[in-house]
Amino acid sequence: MDGSAWFSLRLSLQVASAATLLVFVAGLAVAYLLAMKDFRGKEAVDMLFTLPLVLPPTVTGYYLILLFGRNGLFGRPVFEATGWSVMFTWQAAVIASFVVALPLMIKTARAAIESVDRNIIVAAYTLGHSRFTTAVKVILPLAKKGIIAGTVLSFARAMGEFGATLMLAGNIPGRTDTMPLAIYTLAGSGEWSSAHILVAVFTVISGAFLYIANIYGKKAVI
Amino acid sequence: MTLQVSISKVLPGFTLDVSWEVGNELAVLFGFSGAGKSMTFRMIAGVMVPDRGLITLDNRVLFERPSGTDLSPQERSLGYVFQDLALFPHMTVMENIRFGGHGKNRKLLDGEARMLVRRFHLSGLEGRFPSQISGGQQQRVALARALMRHPKALLLDEPFSALDAPVRAEMQQLVKEVQQELSIPVVLITHDLNEACGIADRMIVYSSGRVIQAGTPAEIVRHPFAAEVEQLVSYRIGLCEQKLCPC
Repeated sequence: MDGSAWFSLRLSLQVASAATLLVFVAGLAVAYLLAMKDFRGKEAVDMLFTLPLVLPPTVTGYYLILLFGRNGLFGRPVFEATGWSVMFTWQAAVIASFVVALPLMIKTARAAIESVDRNIIVAAYTLGHSRFTTAVKVILPLAKKGIIAGTVLSFARAMGEFGATLMLAGNIPGRTDTMPLAIYTLAGSGEWSSAHILVAVFTVISGAFLYIANIYGKKAVI
Repeated sequence: MTLQVSISKVLPGFTLDVSWEVGNELAVLFGFSGAGKSMTFRMIAGVMVPDRGLITLDNRVLFERPSGTDLSPQERSLGYVFQDLALFPHMTVMENIRFGGHGKNRKLLDGEARMLVRRFHLSGLEGRFPSQISGGQQQRVALARALMRHPKALLLDEPFSALDAPVRAEMQQLVKEVQQELSIPVVLITHDLNEACGIADRMIVYSSGRVIQAGTPAEIVRHPFAAEVEQLVSYRIGLCEQKLCPC
């Protein structure tokens, strides 16, 4: 593998790690809320977060441009205040990966949390434990397998993100070309030997993560 | 210490409307399945809300509607042993019992939990998980865990239904001893007349969401007020012969 291939691998790992960290925190919070609370519009919230799972990545990417582009809902005030835009940066790749990986975490973790026996949760309450203590010491440990499986799946999905990343971060060599984008470029320019190596490396990494997700996800339902 | 319950709740196809009071004694809620016994417990524990009524424990209002008091389960100072025990499967026996305790003094909690382990004959099982011990041992863990909270009343929802006869007798004896030691209201649900006769100071008979008779086991068995009670105690003859029930 040459320097640019190593860069793509390192960038992909960096982007996927940052996105997974965000997915873990936000996804777990949303999953817990959806699993434990009853509120009006609950399924609409679930639908909104799950949408990137079924939308074409280009559509997700388009929405992200509307939000984070220089004239976007969030992008414009940030650009006006700092002169900086997240577009065409590695952070944009993190946002794209975060948005497409989030539904996997929410779906898996929600199912795991919902599968915890309600009597066990009530038992903790009747023993005098607060909702927070019960969540930390009872619910989350019992949903651990599903949460780990969701995290690993999210990482694998973030690693493989292509379409939305292309829309928001572009495909700038040495800057935003994550592995899937680098493979696309290599295949387009007929550099098959380099493409073969990157594809093989990528397949091994993704396969390893799926294997881990399967081990932890035995009890989790997607 | 008195547990006073006077509650009602209307659900589709079922109405619960009961009123009873239990002092420092062992009372049994007796009746067929689906009569509203477990629902009453859930309302006393604060995990289900009655439509109206009053629940007090030791003169403290736990629930009152229409006035609006509705303490959370955490605030009710009750020990509640569920029918399925609801032990925490990821915690060991010792951790399960300790989880019932509160306070920052770890040593004190450990000491208290160890005392309960000895008291409930669980020594040697501290490091095992609930799935690794027998049904009777699980029952004892659930009871010990409930007692770690220093409850002012104990609710036991069909705690012995899954146990073999010898273990069941042992557990009944243990509950009786606990009630006498702590001198708190202990209310137990059963639909087994044998069990009710053997353990209860007082029986409260439920039928279709109502209390149809309350009294000592002898009063209930000898003088059933209603046809439903008569039906419930109809197999007492066999128990009389075995001297299990007053006749």
